[in-house]
Amino acid sequence: MDNQITLRVDGADTPLTVDTRTSLLDAMRERLGATSAKKGCDHGQCGACTVLLDGRRVNSCLVLAVTAEGQEVTTSDGLATGGTPHALHDAFVDHDAYQCGYCTPGQIASAAGVLAEAARGWPSAVTEDLVADATDLTDAEIRERMSGNLCRCAAYANIVPAVAEVAVEQGVRA
Amino acid sequence: MTATTERAVGSDVRRIDGPAKVRGLAPYAFEHEVDGTAVFVALVQSTAAKGRITSIDTSAAQALTGVLAVLTHENAPRLGDVADEVVVLQSDRVQYVGEPVAAVVAETSEVARDAAARVVVTYDAQTPDVELRTDRDDLYAPEQLMAGFETDSVIGDVDAALAAAPVGVDITYETPNQHNNPIEMHATVARWDGDVLRMWDANQGPHNLVPVITEAFGITEDRLHIVSPYVGGAFGSKAYTHVHQLIAGMAAKVTGRTVKLELTRPQMFTLVGHRTPTIQRLRLGAELDGTLTAISHEVVEHTSQNAEFAEQTATATRLMYAAPARRTTHRLARLDVPAPTIMRAPGETPGMYALESAMDELAVVLGIDPVELRLRNEPDRDPERDVPFSTRNLVACLRQGAERFGWAGRDPRPGVREDGRWLVGTGVAAATYPTRRRPSAARIEAVPGKPYVVSIDASDIGTGAWTALTQIAADALRVPMDRVDLRIGDSRLPKASGAGGSTGITSWGPAIMAAAEQLADRDIPAGGLTVTGEAGPGDEAEQYSSHAFGAHFAEVRVDRDSGEVRVPRMTGVFAAGRIINSTTGRSQFLGGMTMGLSMALHEESVLDRTHGHYANHDLAEYHIAANADVGEMDISWIDEVDDLHNPLGAKGIGEIGIVGSAAAIGNAYWHATGRRVRDLPITPDKYFR
Ligand code: FES
Ligand code: FES
Repeated sequence: MDNQITLRVDGADTPLTVDTRTSLLDAMRERLGATSAKKGCDHGQCGACTVLLDGRRVNSCLVLAVTAEGQEVTTSDGLATGGTPHALHDAFVDHDAYQCGYCTPGQIASAAGVLAEAARGWPSAVTEDLVADATDLTDAEIRERMSGNLCRCAAYANIVPAVAEVAVEQGVRA
Repeated sequence: MTATTERAVGSDVRRIDGPAKVRGLAPYAFEHEVDGTAVFVALVQSTAAKGRITSIDTSAAQALTGVLAVLTHENAPRLGDVADEVVVLQSDRVQYVGEPVAAVVAETSEVARDAAARVVVTYDAQTPDVELRTDRDDLYAPEQLMAGFETDSVIGDVDAALAAAPVGVDITYETPNQHNNPIEMHATVARWDGDVLRMWDANQGPHNLVPVITEAFGITEDRLHIVSPYVGGAFGSKAYTHVHQLIAGMAAKVTGRTVKLELTRPQMFTLVGHRTPTIQRLRLGAELDGTLTAISHEVVEHTSQNAEFAEQTATATRLMYAAPARRTTHRLARLDVPAPTIMRAPGETPGMYALESAMDELAVVLGIDPVELRLRNEPDRDPERDVPFSTRNLVACLRQGAERFGWAGRDPRPGVREDGRWLVGTGVAAATYPTRRRPSAARIEAVPGKPYVVSIDASDIGTGAWTALTQIAADALRVPMDRVDLRIGDSRLPKASGAGGSTGITSWGPAIMAAAEQLADRDIPAGGLTVTGEAGPGDEAEQYSSHAFGAHFAEVRVDRDSGEVRVPRMTGVFAAGRIINSTTGRSQFLGGMTMGLSMALHEESVLDRTHGHYANHDLAEYHIAANADVGEMDISWIDEVDDLHNPLGAKGIGEIGIVGSAAAIGNAYWHATGRRVRDLPITPDKYFR
């Protein structure tokens, strides 16, 4: 069934027609031509499609487009402000935290979510102090929290220092 | 040309495609033609592994609004004379589970998938035979192995030497089916512009695809245009033409539209190849001082009904260590499985896992340190070909690795180091990968006041070729990098070899250098000047044995309550010729070593013996290493320039990182626990066998 909706992706509102079955990811990639978020599985298994939905990270392949109306969708591209890259963009380039680059926009959107979660003190499976106000993003915390984003090129050992560098800048890593 | 004193080659310059990639703006195959006019293809796949289609009912699919066409073997365009493994929708024959039996083209991807699910196919199915065993009576010796290697090699009386050896091991190792699984799924966008077929496609070099696709559609090369500027990983699965590219071409032809065909992740397990499982018997004979007297490496592996893919599993054993008596053999079982293909370091990856595990087991029997055992068996010439090595720095890799890892003083006893619940151990393994080059051509257009346009149909699958080739061109033209405008990944650019076999830099770099040579000391006229250059193999392959070498060291911790295996740190040292870019080069080694860790601990595609399909066909069940699986990775290399092989002195670095990595982890697992797991992957349950 077709539905008329308006999606707000990276600050731009666009009206479009979607099938009720259309995922947010396919709405962006197949209808809006907004291809920053990638498809690596379509099943919530790889994280390549990660975007921020009202600031929280989600696998956009698991979100129905019709349910995303009225929410702010931010892809890695949308993290840049105008022509200025986000600190994570620069850190990923500096640490060579990618190879083919296909998982990378998802890694970066996910990392942006991780930084926000740490600032709010949300614990992970490796957090020792579950009631702390803010989390110290140690290497172990970054590895754990970034493990929903698979990288077959296996840039993990470079992704960790890239995220750590920005975590220090943002005051969520000692 | 402006002179510059700074050399780009050898520097740590950042990826030039990086800023676009991190924002997600570098267009991968599926991301072309996004004006909303494209239509979508969904595949219907065989549920039978072997047999004939008895009926196909497409009426329910056709009836859906938005469906433009349903292709089956009854109505699809006829393809030219292409290899059996890419023949698709041409007959009622089925040769593996998952073979496409119909393709739906629809206005949206949702409708295409819905319609595909409504196609009803019946089969006259036979029971598949997918089980690899060494006692099968139909194992056969192929004419030759992949990449032209001899099937067998025998020097001396191996059985007598093994029987006479004072010390020996006789061990069988197994490696499972594995799948490449690049995170970008294979995708093709296709359109016919009149009689020209245009494709935006994920591949390892557009020219690799040209012969099959032109033959399939009966067109000349100038009527095929394949574009592939950015590729989301490949590891071998995107090297050759597969059925989906031909289906996309047919769907575009039938509908007259731009079609998009993106495989699903489960389809990645049947339609684009896999690494064959192997069963490898290793026999080593040695003197008491560790000197090898005999090496025997016998391999059994599979291929498919529709292709002969003979993985060169034991070929690294032909050059690794000195020994007077030596034998390698390869035997294939032809099974009802999809066609295997190349997967990162085909041959060396499974083969060196077995050889380097056996060397560790021999070191234990001898009571000799495993680093020392390797040093004692270092050959001074290629032991089977009897030619010199162009460069061979395995010894330096082992020594530097031992130093960096802190190997000295290691207690050789297994199962004695405890840290709470954890058993701790360390292991080592050596690595090697052949150095080769292939014919390639490049073109340079020089216009006064403008950057040099350097064109070559090279491919960057994550290797860093965009950056490394720009560095090479800048140095060859003696200009800074921003004076080079590189063009790659397009079949209309000068023909180059594909990205595979770690041959990219050794093939493309010299072609660019040869083109730049044509410009040396020439004045560029106002109207500009275009030159071309070619490079390719000379007689270096006959004169020398050329290989990269490396050494891996790993620390492993095993939880004795759960069997969980962790790898907190690895050290890799490589001797791989000139490293063009130290940043991207390090990443190549890192990626390979980590994929080896993934192979050691996680990866296995399980073939269902009854139905013949891969049971765990997605990323939830086919596990690859995730971020938390990886610890500290210490990577370095030996200063080495191999200019006997090619003018760049490079060796290629895309694959050596994975070779031997799994063996180092397996050997460390033994040192931690006192248990040998000889069938990868080393999953937690195997601790309790
Ligand atoms: S595409 Fe959404 S998680 Fe893989
Ligand atoms: S950079 Fe290739 S999958 Fe992560």
